[in-house]
Amino acid sequence: MNEKIKMQLHCPMPKFDFEVITLGHGSGGLLTHRLLQTGVFDLFKNDHLDQQHDGAILELSGKLAFSTDSYVISPIFFPGGNIGDLAINGTVNDIAMCGATPKYLSLSFIIEEGLTMKKFWEVLVNIKTAADKAGIAIVTGDTKVVEKGKGDKLFINTSGIGVVHPKAAIHHNRIQAGDAIIISGNIANHGIAIMSRRQGLEFETTIETDSANLNHIIIALIEQFGSDIKFLRDPTRGGLASVLNEVAELTGLGYEINQKQLPIDAQVEGACEMLGLDPLYVANEGLFVAIVKQSIAEKLLEQLKADENGVNAAIIGYVTEEHRGKVVIKSAIGGKRIVGYLTGEQLPRIC
Amino acid sequence: MKHLSEYRDPELVQQYLKEIHRITTKPWTLMEICGGQTHSLVKNGILEMLPEFITMVHGPGCPVCVTSVSVIDEVIWLAEQPNVIIGSFGDMLRVPGSRKSLLEAKAEGADIRILYSPLEAVKLAKENPTKEVVFFAVGFETTAPANALSVVHAHQMGITNYSILASHVLVPPAMEAILGDEENMIDAFLAAGHVCAIMGFEEYFPIAEKYKTPMVVTGFEPVDLLQGIMMAIMQLEKGEYKVENQYARSVQREGNRMAKETIKEVFEVSDRVWRGIGEIPLSGYEVNEKYKQFNARNKFNIDIPFAEENKECISGDIMKGLKKPKQCPNFGTTCKPEHPLGAPMVSSEGSCAAYYQYAQNII
Repeated sequence: MNEKIKMQLHCPMPKFDFEVITLGHGSGGLLTHRLLQTGVFDLFKNDHLDQQHDGAILELSGKLAFSTDSYVISPIFFPGGNIGDLAINGTVNDIAMCGATPKYLSLSFIIEEGLTMKKFWEVLVNIKTAADKAGIAIVTGDTKVVEKGKGDKLFINTSGIGVVHPKAAIHHNRIQAGDAIIISGNIANHGIAIMSRRQGLEFETTIETDSANLNHIIIALIEQFGSDIKFLRDPTRGGLASVLNEVAELTGLGYEINQKQLPIDAQVEGACEMLGLDPLYVANEGLFVAIVKQSIAEKLLEQLKADENGVNAAIIGYVTEEHRGKVVIKSAIGGKRIVGYLTGEQLPRIC
Repeated sequence: MKHLSEYRDPELVQQYLKEIHRITTKPWTLMEICGGQTHSLVKNGILEMLPEFITMVHGPGCPVCVTSVSVIDEVIWLAEQPNVIIGSFGDMLRVPGSRKSLLEAKAEGADIRILYSPLEAVKLAKENPTKEVVFFAVGFETTAPANALSVVHAHQMGITNYSILASHVLVPPAMEAILGDEENMIDAFLAAGHVCAIMGFEEYFPIAEKYKTPMVVTGFEPVDLLQGIMMAIMQLEKGEYKVENQYARSVQREGNRMAKETIKEVFEVSDRVWRGIGEIPLSGYEVNEKYKQFNARNKFNIDIPFAEENKECISGDIMKGLKKPKQCPNFGTTCKPEHPLGAPMVSSEGSCAAYYQYAQNII
């Protein structure tokens, strides 16, 4: 949090001769030029961007990872972050989950006219902070403005390229029975932070998004444990349950997790109980699931827990030959049940 | 959730299970009334832990499941009127009406908001004076006080663009309908803890007496449920039929006096059609004469034809305990949560959805 405040102090809002973004800012004309020049290019300054080509000319070698994602979150500001850092961390993490170091990102905005320059600037600042923290450069982008009512304040798309670590061997077909399932931290924070803002719910302390870049810790773990890390995935939309179901389907093996081992903040758990949501399906933005060789699981956990993004990490279960293609959870009282896919959106219940 | 952990204690669970095994000498069929109880039984894997000869039947206590097709059609008709905002609890949105669900109406452009409390709807009405705000007031006795209170608030604040579409259902008449059914096979009831927290359980004494059926007011946590089941079996084994209260930490015999008074202020008891079961006399609440300007049925001239239930859905038999979800030929095939034929597949507390979600291929 402190870092963000510091960032804002270092990045005072430049003087724009407009208070809100209008259709003209997406016209490609003078207004677009001014917006980009004063707002974007100066803030994200790097050699590639400075060339101001239609695209970025990059030099990379080796195996590459490439990923894209669109961010349409509502509201665009929420406890612990905004759509800006989400758009960077999301794509950075997708690349990291391939076992790659993210290098370059593209950044595209679809802005609904009427968004205030102040808000847009706050988003830009979070983008800059997140990009610096992840160590990536924004090298190309686009800005479009749509009429009021044709968008929802601000949509962002980011795509990114990274270089795969030579020791990385991330593929679901390497998973075997006996492998350990690790989650890197408390589940469900992001989804509940958003939900609480949408619904105007108040808790004793604010539940914040867990949005964070995971590339540094992932690369450090791969450096240390190499191909013993078999599978990585960030459980964003659909939560932990969806990731495990996907991998169960892909591998045809059984995935058994233990409710007692699942790390979850007491307040988030309480909010889930109250809202009638299952935290296993609630979105996360700064978490990863790792499936690793059992013999290194404890050691990997130790290293992960020493990282700022892994303090609450835990081994939550194991891959098994039983109940193939299914995810099974052992309840806290010892019963077992299947954890299926989520159908549609999780809707809050009546009572 | 520290206050709940003692009701989820694995050792206590084992002790109750042992005791249930010890005292049970013959097969018994118990019905848990409330969808929340069904959800907890399935989610915690309790059904698999009980002795085989104890059958748990899942009752009609899921408001989403028992709201009739016609009422869904009514609210969709309202949602499609110009300048109307509909407020609804989230899980009503997926329930299919005869033409579409609220979720589909929303996708087509109707202004439908998911709310957590009807008081938010009153606020919405205040903020949107040029619109009519209608709250879809569904639920058992549990949600009735808050819905009634919203009407009282709107009245006190002089808000005229607020109304509710009431579809409240009451538990005791449904219990009687089940017990009075000639095919009834329920030996004992676990009464719904939350409903009794509002209403108390005095109404249950004559029903237990008349049908010679034990009733245990029961909570929702694993230890609550197992204790409730044990208390019911103890009565059955002794040939007793008393009303007992397992959920004494929340429920008093006379219920919550203030909540009951608020209900009485705004609602009157009326006949109600239950999805899958049919009309049960005096089994619902409707807005009374005094507050009729807050009754959406009074305010709008709702014009829809009577809608038949989907005949392929056997939700009635499921809610009466005559069949289990898996005995339905459509279960998991043509009827899934993403394409529900009937309401029990919609809500997470509907018995079909609970089975589908957690126990489709139980280990």
